[in-house]
Amino acid sequence: MMSCKQATSLMSQGQDRQLTRSERLRLRLHLFICSGCANYNKHLGIIREALQRMGGGKSDK
Amino acid sequence: MNADGSAKQNQSLARDLDPEQLSALHDEMLRFATLQLRDKTLAEDAVQEAITAALKSDSGAERASLRTWVFAILRNKIIDVIRERSRHPTQSLIDEDISDLDEQFDERGHWQKEQQPGNWGHPESVLANEQFWPIFEACLNHLPENTARVFMMREHIGLEISEICQELSISESNCWVIMHRARMRLRSCLEKNFLHAGDAL
Repeated sequence: MMSCKQATSLMSQGQDRQLTRSERLRLRLHLFICSGCANYNKHLGIIREALQRMGGGKSDK
Repeated sequence: MNADGSAKQNQSLARDLDPEQLSALHDEMLRFATLQLRDKTLAEDAVQEAITAALKSDSGAERASLRTWVFAILRNKIIDVIRERSRHPTQSLIDEDISDLDEQFDERGHWQKEQQPGNWGHPESVLANEQFWPIFEACLNHLPENTARVFMMREHIGLEISEICQELSISESNCWVIMHRARMRLRSCLEKNFLHAGDAL
Protein backbone atom coordinates (compact mmCIF):
# COMPACT_ATOMS: atom_id res chain seq x y z
CA MET A 1 0.00 0.00 0.00
CA MET A 2 1.30 3.38 -1.04
CA SER A 3 2.05 5.94 1.69
CA CYS A 4 0.62 9.48 1.66
CA LYS A 5 4.11 10.79 1.05
CA GLN A 6 4.43 8.68 -2.09
CA ALA A 7 0.87 9.49 -3.14
CA THR A 8 1.44 13.28 -2.96
CA SER A 9 4.57 12.94 -5.09
CA LEU A 10 2.69 10.88 -7.66
CA MET A 11 -0.23 13.36 -7.69
CA SER A 12 2.20 16.15 -8.43
CA GLN A 13 3.76 14.17 -11.28
CA GLY A 14 0.28 13.45 -12.56
CA GLN A 15 -0.10 17.20 -13.14
CA ASP A 16 2.90 17.20 -15.47
CA ARG A 17 2.97 13.83 -17.19
CA GLN A 18 0.70 10.93 -18.01
CA LEU A 19 0.93 8.42 -15.16
CA THR A 20 1.36 4.76 -16.06
CA ARG A 21 -1.61 2.45 -15.75
CA SER A 22 -0.14 0.82 -12.67
CA GLU A 23 0.55 4.20 -11.03
CA ARG A 24 -3.00 5.33 -11.73
CA LEU A 25 -4.49 2.18 -10.24
CA ARG A 26 -2.41 2.34 -7.10
CA LEU A 27 -3.10 6.03 -6.67
CA ARG A 28 -6.83 5.60 -7.21
CA LEU A 29 -6.97 2.94 -4.55
CA HIS A 30 -5.08 5.15 -2.13
CA LEU A 31 -7.37 8.13 -2.78
CA PHE A 32 -10.37 5.91 -2.26
CA ILE A 33 -9.41 5.17 1.32
CA CYS A 34 -7.49 8.36 2.26
CA SER A 35 -9.58 11.53 2.55
CA GLY A 36 -6.50 13.69 3.27
CA CYS A 37 -4.90 12.75 -0.03
CA ALA A 38 -8.24 12.99 -1.85
CA ASN A 39 -8.46 16.58 -0.60
CA TYR A 40 -4.84 17.18 -1.60
CA ASN A 41 -5.66 16.07 -5.13
CA LYS A 42 -8.57 18.52 -5.33
CA HIS A 43 -6.36 21.30 -4.03
CA LEU A 44 -3.80 20.70 -6.79
CA GLY A 45 -6.61 21.15 -9.31
CA ILE A 46 -7.68 24.41 -7.68
CA ILE A 47 -4.10 25.71 -7.72
CA ARG A 48 -3.67 24.93 -11.41
CA GLU A 49 -6.99 26.51 -12.33
CA ALA A 50 -6.21 29.63 -10.26
CA LEU A 51 -2.85 30.10 -11.99
CA GLN A 52 -4.41 29.76 -15.42
CA ARG A 53 -7.08 32.32 -14.59
CA MET A 54 -4.41 34.78 -13.51
CA GLY A 55 -2.55 34.59 -16.78
CA GLY A 56 -5.03 35.83 -19.35
CA GLY A 57 -6.93 32.60 -19.69
CA LYS A 58 -5.86 29.13 -20.69
CA SER A 59 -2.33 28.68 -21.86
CA ASP A 60 -1.32 26.18 -24.52
CA LYS A 61 -0.85 23.07 -22.51
CA MET B 1 7.44 54.14 -25.30
CA ASN B 2 7.83 57.51 -26.97
CA ALA B 3 7.47 59.40 -30.24
CA ASP B 4 4.39 60.26 -32.25
CA GLY B 5 3.86 56.73 -33.45
CA SER B 6 3.01 55.44 -30.03
CA ALA B 7 0.51 58.24 -29.42
CA LYS B 8 -1.27 57.33 -32.63
CA GLN B 9 -1.20 53.66 -31.74
CA ASN B 10 -2.51 54.42 -28.31
CA GLN B 11 -5.49 56.07 -29.91
CA SER B 12 -6.20 52.97 -31.89
CA LEU B 13 -5.99 50.88 -28.74
CA ALA B 14 -8.17 53.39 -26.96
CA ARG B 15 -10.95 52.74 -29.43
CA ASP B 16 -11.14 49.19 -28.20
CA LEU B 17 -10.42 49.71 -24.55
CA ASP B 18 -11.33 52.60 -22.31
CA PRO B 19 -8.50 53.99 -20.16
CA GLU B 20 -9.78 52.20 -17.12
CA GLN B 21 -9.73 48.85 -18.88
CA LEU B 22 -6.29 49.55 -20.25
CA SER B 23 -4.98 50.48 -16.85
CA ALA B 24 -6.56 47.37 -15.33
CA LEU B 25 -4.98 45.23 -18.04
CA HIS B 26 -1.61 46.84 -17.41
CA ASP B 27 -1.89 46.17 -13.67
CA GLU B 28 -2.88 42.60 -14.25
CA MET B 29 0.04 42.04 -16.62
CA LEU B 30 2.41 43.65 -14.15
CA ARG B 31 1.25 41.39 -11.35
CA PHE B 32 1.66 38.39 -13.62
CA ALA B 33 5.18 39.40 -14.67
CA THR B 34 6.24 40.32 -11.14
CA LEU B 35 5.16 36.96 -9.77
CA GLN B 36 7.27 35.29 -12.39
CA LEU B 37 10.34 37.51 -12.43
CA ARG B 38 10.43 38.68 -8.81
CA ASP B 39 11.78 42.01 -9.92
CA LYS B 40 9.58 45.09 -10.32
CA THR B 41 11.79 46.83 -12.85
CA LEU B 42 12.32 43.79 -15.05
CA ALA B 43 8.61 43.08 -14.83
CA GLU B 44 7.61 46.62 -15.82
CA ASP B 45 10.06 46.49 -18.74
CA ALA B 46 8.58 43.20 -19.95
CA VAL B 47 5.03 44.60 -19.70
CA GLN B 48 5.95 47.76 -21.56
CA GLU B 49 7.66 45.77 -24.29
CA ALA B 50 4.68 43.45 -24.59
CA ILE B 51 2.23 46.34 -24.89
CA THR B 52 4.44 48.12 -27.38
CA ALA B 53 4.79 44.95 -29.45
CA ALA B 54 1.03 44.45 -29.34
CA LEU B 55 0.45 48.01 -30.53
CA LYS B 56 3.01 47.74 -33.30
CA SER B 57 1.53 44.60 -34.72
CA ASP B 58 -1.99 46.00 -34.45
CA SER B 59 -3.61 45.60 -37.83
CA GLY B 60 -7.10 46.31 -36.65
CA ALA B 61 -7.60 42.56 -36.48
CA GLU B 62 -10.09 41.00 -34.22
CA ARG B 63 -9.86 42.43 -30.76
CA ALA B 64 -12.07 40.03 -28.83
CA SER B 65 -9.02 38.15 -27.68
CA LEU B 66 -6.85 41.19 -26.96
CA ARG B 67 -6.23 40.08 -23.41
CA THR B 68 -5.18 36.59 -24.46
CA TRP B 69 -3.02 38.08 -27.17
CA VAL B 70 -1.05 40.54 -25.02
CA PHE B 71 -0.57 37.88 -22.39
CA ALA B 72 0.83 35.54 -25.02
CA ILE B 73 3.33 38.24 -25.99
CA LEU B 74 4.13 38.85 -22.34
CA ARG B 75 4.77 35.14 -21.76
CA ASN B 76 7.34 35.15 -24.55
CA LYS B 77 9.02 38.26 -23.14
CA ILE B 78 9.24 36.58 -19.74
CA ILE B 79 10.73 33.43 -21.25
CA ASP B 80 13.36 35.61 -22.96
CA VAL B 81 14.28 37.19 -19.64
CA ILE B 82 14.48 33.79 -17.94
CA ARG B 83 16.68 32.42 -20.73
CA GLU B 84 18.96 35.39 -20.45
CA ARG B 85 19.16 34.91 -16.71
CA SER B 86 19.80 31.18 -16.79
CA ARG B 87 22.84 31.82 -18.96
CA HIS B 88 24.24 33.81 -16.07
CA PRO B 89 23.24 31.82 -13.03
CA THR B 90 24.05 33.52 -9.80
CA GLN B 91 23.16 30.70 -7.50
CA SER B 92 22.43 27.01 -7.49
CA LEU B 93 18.89 26.16 -8.41
CA ILE B 94 17.97 23.44 -6.01
CA ASP B 95 19.75 23.55 -2.72
CA GLU B 96 17.79 26.47 -1.31
CA ASP B 97 14.69 24.46 -0.67
CA ILE B 98 15.87 22.12 2.01
CA SER B 99 12.69 22.35 3.85
CA ASP B 100 10.61 20.96 6.60
CA LEU B 101 8.03 19.49 4.24
CA ASP B 102 8.78 15.97 5.40
CA GLU B 103 7.58 16.95 8.82
CA GLN B 104 4.05 16.84 7.49
CA PHE B 105 4.35 13.06 7.46
CA ASP B 106 4.95 10.52 10.19
CA GLU B 107 7.68 7.89 10.05
CA ARG B 108 5.48 5.59 7.93
CA GLY B 109 4.86 8.35 5.43
CA HIS B 110 1.28 9.11 6.44
CA TRP B 111 -0.09 12.58 7.20
CA GLN B 112 0.53 13.84 10.69
CA LYS B 113 -2.88 14.32 12.21
CA GLU B 114 -2.86 18.12 12.28
CA GLN B 115 -1.30 18.32 8.79
CA GLN B 116 -3.92 16.30 6.98
CA PRO B 117 -5.39 18.33 4.07
CA GLY B 118 -8.89 19.52 4.89
CA ASN B 119 -12.00 20.09 2.86
CA TRP B 120 -11.97 23.51 1.15
CA GLY B 121 -15.41 23.09 -0.33
CA HIS B 122 -16.29 23.13 -3.99
CA PRO B 123 -13.41 24.29 -6.28
CA GLU B 124 -15.61 26.83 -8.06
CA SER B 125 -16.71 28.45 -4.82
CA VAL B 126 -13.09 28.61 -3.66
CA LEU B 127 -12.13 30.42 -6.87
CA ALA B 128 -15.17 32.69 -6.63
CA ASN B 129 -14.26 33.65 -3.07
CA GLU B 130 -12.67 37.12 -3.02
CA GLN B 131 -10.65 36.25 0.06
CA PHE B 132 -8.89 33.51 -1.86
CA TRP B 133 -7.02 35.65 -4.37
CA PRO B 134 -4.90 37.93 -2.15
CA ILE B 135 -3.96 34.91 -0.06
CA PHE B 136 -3.08 32.95 -3.18
CA GLU B 137 -0.84 35.72 -4.42
CA ALA B 138 0.83 36.14 -1.04
CA CYS B 139 1.49 32.39 -0.87
CA LEU B 140 3.01 32.42 -4.37
CA ASN B 141 5.28 35.26 -3.33
CA HIS B 142 6.22 33.28 -0.28
CA LEU B 143 7.74 30.40 -2.29
CA PRO B 144 11.55 30.30 -2.30
CA GLU B 145 12.73 32.23 -5.35
CA ASN B 146 14.24 29.45 -7.42
CA THR B 147 11.48 27.00 -6.59
CA ALA B 148 9.00 29.63 -7.69
CA ARG B 149 10.84 30.20 -10.95
CA VAL B 150 10.61 26.54 -12.00
CA PHE B 151 7.03 26.21 -10.77
CA MET B 152 5.83 29.32 -12.55
CA MET B 153 7.53 28.38 -15.80
CA ARG B 154 5.36 25.31 -15.74
CA GLU B 155 2.10 26.62 -14.31
CA HIS B 156 2.08 30.25 -15.28
CA ILE B 157 3.88 30.18 -18.61
CA GLY B 158 2.81 26.69 -19.57
CA LEU B 159 6.14 25.09 -20.54
CA GLU B 160 6.58 21.32 -20.39
CA ILE B 161 8.87 19.85 -17.73
CA SER B 162 11.37 18.68 -20.36
CA GLU B 163 11.64 22.23 -21.77
CA ILE B 164 12.16 23.71 -18.32
CA CYS B 165 14.95 21.28 -17.41
CA GLN B 166 16.68 21.99 -20.67
CA GLU B 167 16.25 25.72 -20.33
CA LEU B 168 17.67 25.82 -16.81
CA SER B 169 20.15 22.95 -17.24
CA ILE B 170 18.79 20.87 -14.39
CA SER B 171 18.06 17.17 -14.38
CA GLU B 172 14.53 16.00 -14.96
CA SER B 173 14.37 14.26 -11.59
CA ASN B 174 15.30 17.51 -9.88
CA CYS B 175 12.56 19.22 -11.81
CA TRP B 176 9.94 16.75 -10.51
CA VAL B 177 11.15 17.26 -6.96
CA ILE B 178 11.05 21.04 -7.28
CA MET B 179 7.51 20.95 -8.71
CA HIS B 180 6.34 18.65 -5.96
CA ARG B 181 7.83 20.81 -3.23
CA ALA B 182 6.41 23.97 -4.74
CA ARG B 183 2.90 22.51 -4.81
CA MET B 184 3.26 21.16 -1.33
CA ARG B 185 4.39 24.48 0.10
CA LEU B 186 1.78 26.46 -1.78
CA ARG B 187 -1.02 24.15 -0.74
CA SER B 188 0.02 24.14 2.87
CA CYS B 189 0.27 27.96 2.89
CA LEU B 190 -3.22 28.19 1.39
CA GLU B 191 -4.63 25.74 3.88
CA LYS B 192 -3.13 27.63 6.79
CA ASN B 193 -4.30 31.05 5.64
CA PHE B 194 -7.37 30.54 3.49
CA LEU B 195 -9.18 27.76 5.24
CA HIS B 196 -8.66 29.30 8.62
CA ALA B 197 -9.54 32.79 7.40
CA GLY B 198 -12.87 31.27 6.42
CA ASP B 199 -13.30 29.73 9.85
CA ALA B 200 -12.83 33.08 11.52
CA LEU B 201 -15.79 34.65 9.73
